[in-house]
Amino acid sequence: MPIETHRSHDGRSLTIKIEGRFDFSTHQAFRDAYEHGGRDVSGYVVDLSDATYLDSSALGMLLLLRDHAGGDSADIVIQNCNNDVRKILTISNFEQLFTIR
Amino acid sequence: MDESAPLKILIADDSDSDRLILKTLLKRLGHMVVDAANGHEAVALFQSETPDIVLLDALMPSMDGMEAARHIKKLAGERLVPLIFITSLTEPEDLAGCLEAGGDGFLSKPYNRVMIKAKINAFNRMRLMHQALSDQRDLMHERNRQLLKEQHIARGVFDNVAHTGCLNAPNIRFHASPLSVFSGDVLFASPRPAGGMLVFAGDFTGHGLPAAIGAMPVAESFYGMAGKGFNGADILREINQKLVRILPKDMFCCGAMVEVDFALNQLNIWNGGLPDMWLMRSPTERYSLPSRHLPLGILGPDQFKADMETVRSRPGDRLLLMTDGVLECSDSEGQLFGEQGVRRAIENAGLSRHPFDALMSEIQRFTGQHKFGDDLTLCCLEMVDEAGQAALPDAVELSTLAGPTQWRCDYELQGSTLGEFNPLPLLLHICMEVPGLRRRSGEVYTLLSELYNNALEHGVLQLPSEWKYTPEGFDRYYSERAKRLSRVDGHYIRFSFHHDLTALGGRLRVVCEDSGEGFDFQNHPVLQATEMAQSGPRYGGRGLALIKRLAKTVQFDKKGSRVDVVYEWFF
Repeated sequence: MPIETHRSHDGRSLTIKIEGRFDFSTHQAFRDAYEHGGRDVSGYVVDLSDATYLDSSALGMLLLLRDHAGGDSADIVIQNCNNDVRKILTISNFEQLFTIR
Repeated sequence: MDESAPLKILIADDSDSDRLILKTLLKRLGHMVVDAANGHEAVALFQSETPDIVLLDALMPSMDGMEAARHIKKLAGERLVPLIFITSLTEPEDLAGCLEAGGDGFLSKPYNRVMIKAKINAFNRMRLMHQALSDQRDLMHERNRQLLKEQHIARGVFDNVAHTGCLNAPNIRFHASPLSVFSGDVLFASPRPAGGMLVFAGDFTGHGLPAAIGAMPVAESFYGMAGKGFNGADILREINQKLVRILPKDMFCCGAMVEVDFALNQLNIWNGGLPDMWLMRSPTERYSLPSRHLPLGILGPDQFKADMETVRSRPGDRLLLMTDGVLECSDSEGQLFGEQGVRRAIENAGLSRHPFDALMSEIQRFTGQHKFGDDLTLCCLEMVDEAGQAALPDAVELSTLAGPTQWRCDYELQGSTLGEFNPLPLLLHICMEVPGLRRRSGEVYTLLSELYNNALEHGVLQLPSEWKYTPEGFDRYYSERAKRLSRVDGHYIRFSFHHDLTALGGRLRVVCEDSGEGFDFQNHPVLQATEMAQSGPRYGGRGLALIKRLAKTVQFDKKGSRVDVVYEWFF
């Protein structure tokens, strides 16, 4: 599976880990991951340590997650990006919307 | 299609008795039968009766079964009409000959009712399947043809809205895919009413129709507002707000807006999500202008920032902007062209090559292709003398007497509105109701914008134009401008318009008064000079010089905080 999820011990945080290419082909799986992530999840971590590539439709998916998680009040961390992925997030200035670490 | 529906079967046999037996047999099975006594008749009946299945005796006088089979298969064309040989032949060579002639199978004499029924059914199934596939294929072709036709029409409509504006101006070089509508890239350029240009490059997420649909309102806002004199930031705000409203959450538009002022040699740029722009001065001197904003269509109007960065330029400077299709070009091994590719190309361009050509040929060399993907847009803009500029297309000629000719209008901006609102499009709009003025929209816009900018920057904000003479002062000027704009409580700028007809045309009188302290207009060099001379590299006074050149009379009073300008137009 290119997408794995797990919840923190207290169940408040959902980590979504993406493997390989994060692009349109992962659309449904990514959506399922956060929509079925559980009701009392208040924060999300998108772990890109094994993601090799990210395209503009992936940026769109991140925006969908942000909307799902409450828009401006969403608590979303994007972590462990490789340089290429980081560069794409930077050009689009997504650090204004997400915590990137 | 019904498998058990009765079939029309053509039989050909030279033996009258055999033919009768077969005919009776088939009729009992519920089929319609047409019969022929030789090959010639069989071919003729095939044409006139278009049967579903053909049963042919291999050996007949006057054109045998083989010959008839060839004719029939040719006549049937794409249609599958199973052709079964009825034969007493048993030699493999003979039987193979039947198949080569176009036969699909055999029935051996004497006839066996059970075998005939089974064979007919089997071949009918094959026929029906073939029919179904052909019908689906035809339907698909038809749908595809229709879709292409619709896209063609949509493309025509799109081109009318999202035309290329002044991209063919001599100072612009660009590459945009001819199929760019359906790739999601857009590139627009428009001259501004008071001179200069606006250029917008955009890249929508996704491809195809959704991207094209998003591009339409962007084109409309851009060209509509640019023509009315709105500035880049106003247009960006409008585009962003529209896209936020109409696009689904996961769609947005990376974009860059460039406001080009050839007279001031100044660029105002905004980059939200596109690759670095490059300002190139010489082979060794160049500056990258990275994306500092989120793409368009994500943030609501209250969070969206349309602040443009001001960059000084020199004549001959070139600005390169591109969509990420350039960076995402790949070579045969899947390596990306990337930012390094762009850097390499412009570093190697040297003195003699235009950076646009250098970059294009480097991409061709890298990809090994002369045709690029659909989503690659590249544009290079050169700073030139204003004189060489593409003029606004002539407004539609209208009767000079239609529209308002005798009117008066006062308009005053107060307090914080001075820092937030650009009144020029509105004021221009009022004046443009007069057809005689509409033909001179560029001059009227220049007049109004110079009056307004003088009143705001030098009157209300008290910014000394001398600051703009040096690069350091230039930055200071603009940072101070922004700072002072937040402290304009109690200030005002008032425009009073009065238009009337004269014997030869019309006269527009504009009085512009501001709450500032005025200036020493008695000793101002530009106002002293009887012969109008351009004040060289000095920026101060350029506005005044323009106003003096365009207007019939210019009069200052109230210590220079009130200026009275008369502009005349002629039939």
